Amino acid sequence: MNRQSNSYTLIYSIGLVVLVGVLLSVVYQALKPMQDENIADDKRKQILAAVLIAPHEGESVAELYNRYVKESFNVGSNGERISTDIAPFDVNIADEVKKNPDDRVLPVFVTETDKGQKYILPIYGAGLWGPIWGYVSFNSDGRTIYGAYFAHQGETPGLGAEIEKPDFQNQFIDKSVFSGDEFKSVAVVKVGQEPTDREYVHGISGGTITSQGVSEMLENSLAPYENYLKNLQTSDKQ
Amino acid sequence: MGISKASKMAFFNPLSKDNPVIVQILGICSALAVTAKLEPALVMSISVVAVLALSNVIISLMRKTIPNSIRIIVQLVVVAALVVVVDQILKAYTYDVSKQLSVFIGLIITNCILMGRLEAFALNNGPWLSFLDGLGNGLGYGIILTIVAFFRELLGSGTLLGYQVVPQSWYDAGYMNNGMMILPPMALITVACIIWVHRSRNKDLQEK
Repeated sequence: MNRQSNSYTLIYSIGLVVLVGVLLSVVYQALKPMQDENIADDKRKQILAAVLIAPHEGESVAELYNRYVKESFNVGSNGERISTDIAPFDVNIADEVKKNPDDRVLPVFVTETDKGQKYILPIYGAGLWGPIWGYVSFNSDGRTIYGAYFAHQGETPGLGAEIEKPDFQNQFIDKSVFSGDEFKSVAVVKVGQEPTDREYVHGISGGTITSQGVSEMLENSLAPYENYLKNLQTSDKQ
Repeated sequence: MGISKASKMAFFNPLSKDNPVIVQILGICSALAVTAKLEPALVMSISVVAVLALSNVIISLMRKTIPNSIRIIVQLVVVAALVVVVDQILKAYTYDVSKQLSVFIGLIITNCILMGRLEAFALNNGPWLSFLDGLGNGLGYGIILTIVAFFRELLGSGTLLGYQVVPQSWYDAGYMNNGMMILPPMALITVACIIWVHRSRNKDLQEK
């Protein structure tokens, strides 16, 4: 058969595309359940990282998660629990942050650690190259941060990617997101530009856009929780 | 099966005399992107070795059937399919590794070395030679990436593979990490220094 003829080329390319298409969909279908389980486990690990718990080598993440996370529910921007079809664990934060703050479904994960009850809230924002996200846990006083976890998709290694390092995340511990009665998110700032009206941490030099992204992510994602956190403060005083 | 001269050449030439990065100046873009830290550079090197060797073999097996007018597209389809399969397998079995690699795996498709070797070697040679050529070129690329990343991480962050190697006493004495090493332009300058050393040792590579 003439290898250079048009009909040969056409048949060859159709055959190749069908073959590769079938191969890829078989691989995808076969591996999907394992991938989904991995993704869920990874999410559990991230949630636990916000309360400074990391699984040991070989430990089941799902088991650890079930041991610590006692309760999870969705709240609305008024701070009251709302009933939704979707489980808090399955809420897609990336979609929620695009909505009007009042329409958002806001998941809360309550954990029982040896340092008392902690409330984990998910956050989501944009870095320099792609999305950044994380989880922030609050003490039962509803004001101060117990632990923070940030992750990113593709920030520059050595610069923006440093937000996933404990050195950066540990700066947030014990910072308050309220100044008096007013919600004031923790700011991420350059040395020498410290704000006076709120608490702050220092950003990463060379990773300015990512640092600003973290700052905005905290502001945008935590602000709708203001009423919920205030409810926590009231119940804590009683 | 003894190792013939051709096999030796296919494997060893790309390591130094015909190195894809510093002699053929291919794959510079990824050498820039992933060498700020040693770890991603190593992982990228391993992935490129695997994909390059495999796609070389596949294209070599198909070489007698590929219509000439669409050969580049066929090569691309094979490489892209391989990269997606590798990505899916990593996601299912070693999720942590695949998370670190997320961007780089996709970048392999655009690596000029791959297309270069498929076009220049695999289309004209048998599977065994093509396999060796893929291994050799992948390793030649990996060596340069590792050297560049070693210096960039050491001088830029004072660490290697994330571990602190520059002692604290140096910092106390006034030593500072060179922040410029982390920025992409310094990768080019580091590659240029390697080329300089390499050519001064291999006189026959010097242009007249």
